[in-house]
Amino acid sequence: MFEATRFTRRKRQTELAVRAVFLLMTLLMVLPLILIVGYLVYQAWPILSLDFLITNPRNGMRAGGIWSPLLGTIYLVVISLVVATPIGVLAAIFLNEYARESWGTRVINLAVVNLAGVPSIVHALFGLGAFVLFAGMGKSVLAASLTLAVMTLPVIIASTKEALAAVPQPFREACWNVGATRWQTIRHVVLPNSVGGILTGVILQVSRAAGETAPIMFTGVVFYKAIKEGDPFAYSLFGQCMALSMHLFTISTQVPDVPDALPYGTAVVLLGAVLAVNALAIVVRMRLRSRRKW
Amino acid sequence: MPAIPNRPRVEIFAERAIEVLIRLCGISAILFVFGIFFFVFREGSQLLFHGFNFREFFFSQEWYPSSQSHVRYGALALIAGTASVTVLAMALAVPFGIGAAIFIAEFCGPRAKESLKITIELLAAIPSVVWGFIGLTVMNRVIITLFHTPIGLNVLNGGLILALMSVPIIVSIGEDALKAVPDSYREAALALGVTRWQLIYRVLVPAARNGLLAAVLLGVGRAVGETMAVLMATGHAVHIPTSLMDSVRTLTATIAAELGEAPVHSEHYQVLFIIGILLFTITFVVNLSADLIVRGTRGR
Repeated sequence: MFEATRFTRRKRQTELAVRAVFLLMTLLMVLPLILIVGYLVYQAWPILSLDFLITNPRNGMRAGGIWSPLLGTIYLVVISLVVATPIGVLAAIFLNEYARESWGTRVINLAVVNLAGVPSIVHALFGLGAFVLFAGMGKSVLAASLTLAVMTLPVIIASTKEALAAVPQPFREACWNVGATRWQTIRHVVLPNSVGGILTGVILQVSRAAGETAPIMFTGVVFYKAIKEGDPFAYSLFGQCMALSMHLFTISTQVPDVPDALPYGTAVVLLGAVLAVNALAIVVRMRLRSRRKW
Repeated sequence: MPAIPNRPRVEIFAERAIEVLIRLCGISAILFVFGIFFFVFREGSQLLFHGFNFREFFFSQEWYPSSQSHVRYGALALIAGTASVTVLAMALAVPFGIGAAIFIAEFCGPRAKESLKITIELLAAIPSVVWGFIGLTVMNRVIITLFHTPIGLNVLNGGLILALMSVPIIVSIGEDALKAVPDSYREAALALGVTRWQLIYRVLVPAARNGLLAAVLLGVGRAVGETMAVLMATGHAVHIPTSLMDSVRTLTATIAAELGEAPVHSEHYQVLFIIGILLFTITFVVNLSADLIVRGTRGR
């Protein structure tokens, strides 16, 4: 065997040191996630129960549960999903299947990137100016959902585009060769082969829409609104609603003397829902990858 | 496209219709970006073109929007607030984000890589209002205990939260950039007997320079535009900070805090929209340059 020279040993030491430093940097980013989630759950533990989910906030939001904000969030998410999904998927189909490399296509791609980068509070201003005032919807569930839909559109476009691009070109060519039109090819070959990827995008949209606060603050969500417990149709499209994210903001900053467990419980429900939805997207993606035949 | 015989006219028409619809949705992204600019501009335009005091807005730190006798709209302190938390957040997030990107791209096996990427994805998914709540409760207490300050809602708190929020985007874009460096570069360097550190420092980082820069820019864009977290964690004092322990207020937080109280179409309301135009412009420029930089590298 060769004896390790001093040079080789030093080389190995730097190697180890560098590895350790980068590992440390990564861990310092991962650790907060675990610590924070753990701490929040620990603080919220006493209050978490089914009762907490299905009772209204009571006593000036200092007691009770989170039924009305929870239902409001579900309304906002579902309506924004219904609006954003078709537009986003069709936009992605255009970008991936129809558009040629051209100046116009570049502008569209730039617009998608920029739309994703617009601050959430500017989306709120847009929603207020466009939907609430200009379109005359007033502060309503509809206006808030549309604002969320515009905001989450880039999420759907980006992941759908990726899913469509993953369908091999020969699939399309084979279909064209038997005389199918562009749309027939998309409808019967491209979409069925990319539906999982599109689903991932839709799931991520849900998680994004559920967590946002700023865009809905001035477009249709209120601090407090009493609704009937257990009635899933308690909000109307043109009325206002509560939302979980806004409720967390309200009870942790605007209302004095709220018992500690209440905001922690709200935070854990919101965080849990968002992380669960994201985990679902990850699982869908991994299963698809392992099943893919090409 | 040549017409296919035996094809019902309805079908041909339907195909045309659906293509038009797809095209419309395709350009919708452009419409929305213009729409955002147009409607935010529209609400603020009346004041903007009729006697808006730009000098006061950019150079005065007197922000008294609802005062009876002494109304002032000087946004300097708010700009300083945004700048201070953003700079601190980037000072923390850039080295750690790039470091983590390097670790994930160069040191990890496929399994560890996958789980780390999932963790970072989950970190990115935490809603900003939950971050704000963490700043308000956990970080606040930690800062009070460690630094013996009366209140822990300050630049340090906001900067830490923003750093954690913008690190995922820096890691994922940075990792993409490192992945795009051709393997032949690595092989050539390793064949010359370099250590891993020399490989990273001398070969990979210079080669992925543009992508890493874009990652940093996107992180900056995220930090500047963040609203709820800084609204809750920075202490809400309109004031140019002189130390990390000073409370500040950012441009975004000001809009979120005051829009509800400002009567529609009043001067105060319009000034808040002008702040919105400013924010839109900043993030637009940042995102545009990030995109151009990434595209530039791909073109080569």
